[in-house]
Amino acid sequence: MTRPIALLLAALTLALPLSLLAGRVWIDPTAPLGPEASLILAELRLPRAVLAVLLGAGLGASGAAMQGYLRNPLADPGLFGIAPGAALGAVLSFWTGWASTGWALPAFALIGAAGAMLLLTLIAGRQGGVVLFTLAGMMIASLAGALMSLAISLSPTPFAMSEIVTWLMGALTDRSWREVWIAAPLTLAGIAVLQAAGRGLDALTLGEAAARSLGLDPRRLQMLLVLGVGLTVGGGVAVAGIIGFVGLMVPHFVRPFTDGRPSCLILPSALAGALLVLVADCLCRVLPLAGGELRLGIALSLLGAPFFLHLLLRLRRELV
Amino acid sequence: MLAAEALVLPGRLRGVSLNLRAGEVTAICGPNGAGKSSLLSCLGGLIKPAAGAVTLDGVPLGDLNPEARARALGYLPQTPEVAWDVSVATLAGLGRLPWRTSAAEDSAAVNAALEALDLPAFAQRPVSQLSGGERARALLARVLAGTPRWLLADEPLANLDLAHQLSLLGHLRACAGQGMGVVLVLHDLALAMNHADRVVVLDQGTLAADGPPGLALAEPVLEQVWGVKARWLGEPGKRALAV
Repeated sequence: MTRPIALLLAALTLALPLSLLAGRVWIDPTAPLGPEASLILAELRLPRAVLAVLLGAGLGASGAAMQGYLRNPLADPGLFGIAPGAALGAVLSFWTGWASTGWALPAFALIGAAGAMLLLTLIAGRQGGVVLFTLAGMMIASLAGALMSLAISLSPTPFAMSEIVTWLMGALTDRSWREVWIAAPLTLAGIAVLQAAGRGLDALTLGEAAARSLGLDPRRLQMLLVLGVGLTVGGGVAVAGIIGFVGLMVPHFVRPFTDGRPSCLILPSALAGALLVLVADCLCRVLPLAGGELRLGIALSLLGAPFFLHLLLRLRRELV
Repeated sequence: MLAAEALVLPGRLRGVSLNLRAGEVTAICGPNGAGKSSLLSCLGGLIKPAAGAVTLDGVPLGDLNPEARARALGYLPQTPEVAWDVSVATLAGLGRLPWRTSAAEDSAAVNAALEALDLPAFAQRPVSQLSGGERARALLARVLAGTPRWLLADEPLANLDLAHQLSLLGHLRACAGQGMGVVLVLHDLALAMNHADRVVVLDQGTLAADGPPGLALAEPVLEQVWGVKARWLGEPGKRALAV
């Protein structure tokens, strides 16, 4: 477990400063920094890079935990309905016009995430069964999706509609240190909670009955999962919109380098997720695209959807 | 001693009482739906009975914290699952989860369990590459690595051929020989007759017979519980059932 962590940490340490150089204005690392370059670095590139690392780490860790919890390599943090819940909160802040005022957008998104978490735990009940829990999450995701569509269709102004649609695509463009301060504590706390769920996830490798025989408290594990995924994904959606597929893809890259236990996958997946989002966001900045830059959420979906298809085909081959 | 006192589970168990002794192989037999798996789950503390209680050395299971219970009672479910393609050694290591001991202690316990089941050569092999018999032994090694005082296994011999059934029974017998209480749900009455020290027969959630195999599985019991007229052939220890 320590080897992949060390390698990923080294890669991230290398990629982070390099990513700061790339963008519409390329920065020459050998030349002395002018005031304009310093400003770009300190106020635009660095917070954006830190945010990419935080977002990717949260999504990667929650993806690994979700796959461990559902014992399914196709699971994604979005399945719990927390990301759609957070997105619905954010959409409502646009709809009501409060999004432009201070901290309202992330606050609404976090309230949406908390609402989804609460609903999830209420519906799932005390038994802690995985199937009921997953179905409850899917129901919440569908409900939040329907309410978002309703909000978009009833947008008070075309401007609000355009803002909602653009925001939902997910991006790190023009984010500042303010977003970093919102996402950092939530993401780091979320990863710590998910790591604490590691032993329970390991036990669940053997199925629910055997896991309970090993002393697992299914309800406690469920609470840790909801809290961990809620903090990481809710915090991520609050500052960057919906970024899909990172949580699905990253554990697959990391799993071959671990012993396969879910607990060994959480931290490496966090680091690999951070690296993936950092590199993807960097590419979004430098890819020439008429009318602005490629949205990060779109770029990762363009990568993730074929990857998902590849997984499906591989599973189909294994089932034959 | 693992004791059940008037266990009631609505629709499954209707007042079952038992005293199980360590160092014995006890087989729980009965027709489909008799409540065998439910009884085993209650004995393992996985299901809380609606009435009655299970005690371990006089202490109600409900008074033990889940990890203390897990350290004492090893449970092998009817359809064991391994969600990820881990190695045999990693799988066995999962049995150490309730212990929270050092890596060296965990490793020693895992190695001992693999040794006991003739698995050291398979330690690094992924579970997906094992045959049915090897997989059954690896799953048992997971339970043994937890060094439980009791082993509760729900149909551990299902889906194994005769040679692997006998091999696994040999390993279970060795566990009992070392003082472990071994409780098995078995469908194969001949295996129960020949390999168990004691047989508990359940019928519609009640205790129909309990005692040495020759008595608990006597021909009148087979007719009364299974509704089958059958005769035991051969000498003790090598009996076969003729229907």
